[in-house]
Order: sequence, then C-alpha cells, then structure tokens
Amino acid sequence: MMGNKILLSHGSGGKRSHDLISKMFRSAFDNPLLARMDDSAVLDLNGRVAFTTDSYVVTPIFFPGGDIGKLAVCGTVNDMAMMGAKPLYLSIAFVIEEGLLEDDLRMIVESVRQAALEANVQIVTGDTKVVGQGMADKLFLNTSGVGVIPEGIDISGSNARAGDKVILSGTIGDHAIAVLSRREGLSFSTDLKSDCAPLNHLVSQMLQASANIHSLRDPTRGGLATTLNEIAAQSQVGIRIEENQIPVRREVRAACEMLGFDPLYLANEGKLIAMVTPEDAQRVLAAMRAHELGKDAAIIGEVTDKKPGRVTMTTAIGSHRIVDMLVGDMLPRIC
Amino acid sequence: MKFIDEFRRSDLAQAVSARIQQRSKTPARLMEFCGSHTVAIFKHGIRQMLPPTIDMTSGPGCPVCVTANTDIDKSIALAKIPGVILATFGDMLKVPGSYSSLQEAKAEGADVRVVYSTLDALAIAKENPDRKVVFLGIGFETTTPTIAASVLQAEAEGIRNFSILSQNKVCPPTIRALLDLGEIRLQGLICPGHVSAVIGSHPWDFISREYGIPCVVSGFEPLDILQGIEMLVAQIESGQSKVEIAYRRGVRPEGNRKAIEVIEQVFQPCAASWRGIGIVPGSGLKLRPRYERFDADLAFDIQPGPTREHAGCLCGEILRGVKTPADCRLFGKACTPENPVGPCMVSHEGSCSAHYLYGEDHGE
Repeated sequence: MMGNKILLSHGSGGKRSHDLISKMFRSAFDNPLLARMDDSAVLDLNGRVAFTTDSYVVTPIFFPGGDIGKLAVCGTVNDMAMMGAKPLYLSIAFVIEEGLLEDDLRMIVESVRQAALEANVQIVTGDTKVVGQGMADKLFLNTSGVGVIPEGIDISGSNARAGDKVILSGTIGDHAIAVLSRREGLSFSTDLKSDCAPLNHLVSQMLQASANIHSLRDPTRGGLATTLNEIAAQSQVGIRIEENQIPVRREVRAACEMLGFDPLYLANEGKLIAMVTPEDAQRVLAAMRAHELGKDAAIIGEVTDKKPGRVTMTTAIGSHRIVDMLVGDMLPRIC
Repeated sequence: MKFIDEFRRSDLAQAVSARIQQRSKTPARLMEFCGSHTVAIFKHGIRQMLPPTIDMTSGPGCPVCVTANTDIDKSIALAKIPGVILATFGDMLKVPGSYSSLQEAKAEGADVRVVYSTLDALAIAKENPDRKVVFLGIGFETTTPTIAASVLQAEAEGIRNFSILSQNKVCPPTIRALLDLGEIRLQGLICPGHVSAVIGSHPWDFISREYGIPCVVSGFEPLDILQGIEMLVAQIESGQSKVEIAYRRGVRPEGNRKAIEVIEQVFQPCAASWRGIGIVPGSGLKLRPRYERFDADLAFDIQPGPTREHAGCLCGEILRGVKTPADCRLFGKACTPENPVGPCMVSHEGSCSAHYLYGEDHGE
C-alpha cells in the first residue's frame, strides 16, 4: 500500500524523484522546451512580455468543477490575460505533503495538462518538493507564467476613466460556494460547480471587438467588491454599480442568505470585469456574450469622477451604499 | 428567489417609503434592537428612505458585541487549558477581550476550531475521545435551541468529553433594563425577528403595556423593515402602543413551542453580564442541575485574570443607543475593521462595522 503514496524520498533528488518527474510530470506536460530537461527553459519572446507568479493553497484540493491543478493553471493564465497578454509558457512547482496518494497527484497532473491545453499554454519548467506530514496541506502549487502583449494594447488597473462602463463576464460567487459546500463542517449540498476557467480566449475575443478596453481584472479572492476597490484606487476614480444588474446564481444567493455572506465578496476563478469606453461597451458586451465564458455578461455600472477611490452601489430597493474592500475572512454569522 | 426577491422590489420599497414620508409627522426615535436589523438597514440604505422625522437608533442586539470582556477572557483562558478543544462560531474569533482574542490564542497554539453548528462540535468530540471539547455558547434565543439540542444529543449518545461554556442570553430582560436606565426616550421599537420566531411576540407585550412604546416584530429584508417602520409610524401617529408582527411568515405570537421547550428543559435563567449595560438579572442561561456534567464552568478551573476595558472605546454607550459610532473618536481612525478596538467593529452585526462598511462617513 505504501507504493501508491508520495514518500519523502520522492523529493530526495534521487531515483524516486527522477521517476516521479519523468513518469508523472514530463510525460503529462510533454513539449520540446521541457523535453530538453535543462536547468532553464530557453524562450524566444519578442516585444513586451507579461510575467506573473502565484501560489495555490486550497482546501479541499478537489472540488466541484475543478481541483488545485486546474486552479493553478487558470489563475496564472488569467493574471496574464488581464493585461491583454497572450499567455505562452508556465512553470509549475509542486510542494507535496508526504502521504499524498499517487492517484490523487496523477488526477491533478492530468487536470493541469487539460487546463494548459485549453488555455493553449505550455508548461516548460517545474519543480517538486516533498515535505513531511503536517508541513503542507496535501499539496501546494506555484505557477509562474510568461506571455507577450500585442502591439497597441495598454490595459491596466490604473487606466479606468470616468464614463467607462463596467462589464462583468458572468455570475459571481460560484467558485467560493462550490468549494465551501465541500468543506468539512459545512453540510449543505449543491450542484454548483466552480467557474474555474482560463479567460485568455474570452479576452482575445473582447480585444478584437474593441481597442478601448481600459482595465481588465479577474475578481478572485476578495470578490467583485475588492477588485472594484482596487481599480478605483489605482485609477483614482469612483465606481458606481447597480445591485440589480449583478448576475448571481440562485444557489449562491441561497447559500449566502444561509451563511450571512455577501456575494460581492465571494471568490471567483473564471470571471472578469472590464472597464470600457461607453461607445464600445455594447460591442464588447456582444463579443463576450458570444463566448461560452461570457454568455451571462452584463454591464453592472460605470466609472465616475466623483469620490475617487470609492465604490458605491445603488441597492436593489433604489438607495445607495458604500461597497468597501473585504477585510479578513468572511465568517459565518451566529444569528 | 422565493421569500427574498419579492421583499427587495424597488417599486414596492419606494411606495412604502413614500407612505412613511407622508404619514410621519411626529418626530420619533425608533430603535432596532437586533444587530441583523442594523446590518440590513445599512446594507440596503434604508435610512436614506426615511423622512427627517424618523431617527433610527441601533440597539444592543448583537450577541458578539454584548459579550462582556470578562466572558471573552474566560473563553480565552479555557481555550488555553491543555487538552481542550474550544469550538466556536466564527464571529467570536476576532473579538478582543481584555488582552487578546481567541484568534490570537489560536495562533499561540490553543486548539480553537470554527464550527458552523453545535452538532459539528459534537462530531469533533466523537472524533477526539481523549480530548475535552467545549462549545462556546454565544447567542440569543435564536441559537440556544440548537445548543440545548446538542446537550440532549450528547447525553443520549453518552458523549462524555463534551461541554458547553454557556454565555447564552435572552433578550426581554435586557430591553427592560435598557428602558429602566432612562437614558434614551424611544417612540418605537423594531423587535428582533429571529428571536421572536422562537419566543413569539408575547414576551414584548410589557414594552407597549408598561412603557407605552409601540413595537413591531420585523423580518430582515428591506421591505420587511420598511413595513415595520410604517406600522410603527401608524401607531405613533394614532397614539397607540401595541405589539404587532410584520413578519408573519416567520413569527407566530406564541412562538415555536418545541424550541422553547428544549431551551427550558436544558437551561435555567441566571444573571448575565452585558457589555455597556452590566449585570442583568434573568438575562442569562445556565445548564440545569440535571445537565451539570455538560457545564464547562463547573468542569474546568478557569482563571481568566483581571479584566480591563479599552481606553476610549465607546462600544458600551453605542450598545445602549446613547452614542453613535460617529461619536467615537476611535471610529474609522484607531478602530477600523482591519484593526478593531471594540466588538462593535469586529462583529459583522456590530453597529460600528455596519456604519463603517456601508455608511457614508468613514470618519475621514
């Protein structure tokens, strides 16, 4: 039985490590750059390069609609896509807790492979470490990515301008509630799946529709509210959103009502918000809706020159309130 | 979504607001006792929909906020006893006691676990037979039935390593204590919806009868609250004072008999300490002698040490409705959700948190 668990010796650098790397990782992510097995991948890049890194720690590592592997690829691909870059290459580092089942690792490697295929990126370098029990929570992943930014693209969280329309690509909170529903101690069942997906193809469709997309960002941890606050602060603009225009699935709303959560603060892994000039907003919206990942896209508000740095919302009943950043973790309420 | 969407309709909300504007002539101070109401009022921007005659004041009804420092200190001291697993609702984690919080105790090695129901705490007890699992009983009548049920279940299943540190409170005696203080004059009270779902509306009768204050039990959706305010205004303008229910889908006058029975079976009234108000006779709940073996107070030698209050923090006055968060010089400066000084900023249902997160004034 010990044979199908990851052992500390899998991270020793010896034969077991080599076996793990060649049988598990190299075969899954096979491409000419990786196959060279040199100390670095040598990349041929022209023009402006986007470069990003992120670490992934999620409990549980398998959740409805994805797993930590898919999350790690999509997250890093999306970070590049939000700069308008074409993601090309990823690195992936596995920090494995001793005792992880090889079959679980294999499933995660397979979903890394699938997600990379879907996003059309290659995994060109990687690393494996095995740590003792209790030193990691089953598996931590780190991915870095490089991509190229096409000529003429200038997208940044600091480029939002008064008058821009705020477009959201779909329903919020699906990922957070899907993960939460499988978390120990929370006994509610739902068919909800994580929205975890690579957004680069959606972004490229949007960029074809308009050259006037000022800001793009994926509202991951901290949710829509926190991301909008980041853009409002970076661009020194105000943002006003309409509660009634924000798409939220019924199941997500129900879970939020039960737990005392606000969907605006729930994490997403396959959604984006775009700040687009009013003239081009409808064209971008149509392009988004034509893509599977943007079919529920909606204009949820606009950028203003009032109260720079602040996000406000017209509530469902027609009054107004501040939408602040998430502070700490959302914890279920008592009453 | 049924029972949600229909209570958030803009057209209906605007219509109720217009009727309140038209009807309200007498200046009236209305208090919502319950913290969930406070949050809903701010989150939906309800104050903006009311005429200048209506002054909304937040009351003490947040179970986290009203927990006195002595009790928080006691929970922390208990969590630090070797072999103890302290199970708590998440809200309590960040609340500062005299010197630290459960969150800090956890970081220092105490085994503090966030649970979503008391039954999860029982499950932890079953999984850890060699440890002692204590559930931190915080909350009003709303949560008490489930805590009582967990004691009954622990007894039925013969679980011996489970106990409750009861800091549970009941609301009616404290509203009386608050009114007897005479610090605030109220013309109307929005009575808590969830609490009333358990105890019914009759326990509030004394407020209208003895103090002449109109009462309406309200739900938590914006239309529920607006309707509750409209009913209060109608009573005020016609010189009446009675207890009405604007939350018929959740509350019956007699309450939930089964829930009341399970509370009464397991708990008996005792004096309890409320932040800002002090000791209120009959406002706490302790385990009845028959269930004493589940009483963490008796099972452990808890040594919390001396208590202290945070200098400058106005949580006590805010909970009594005599000050607002804006009156506190710490609000939005030394005390923010990132670095809360007092529980009213920590708790999601606290007045300061609601003012800060959803209000227009950040003390800037």
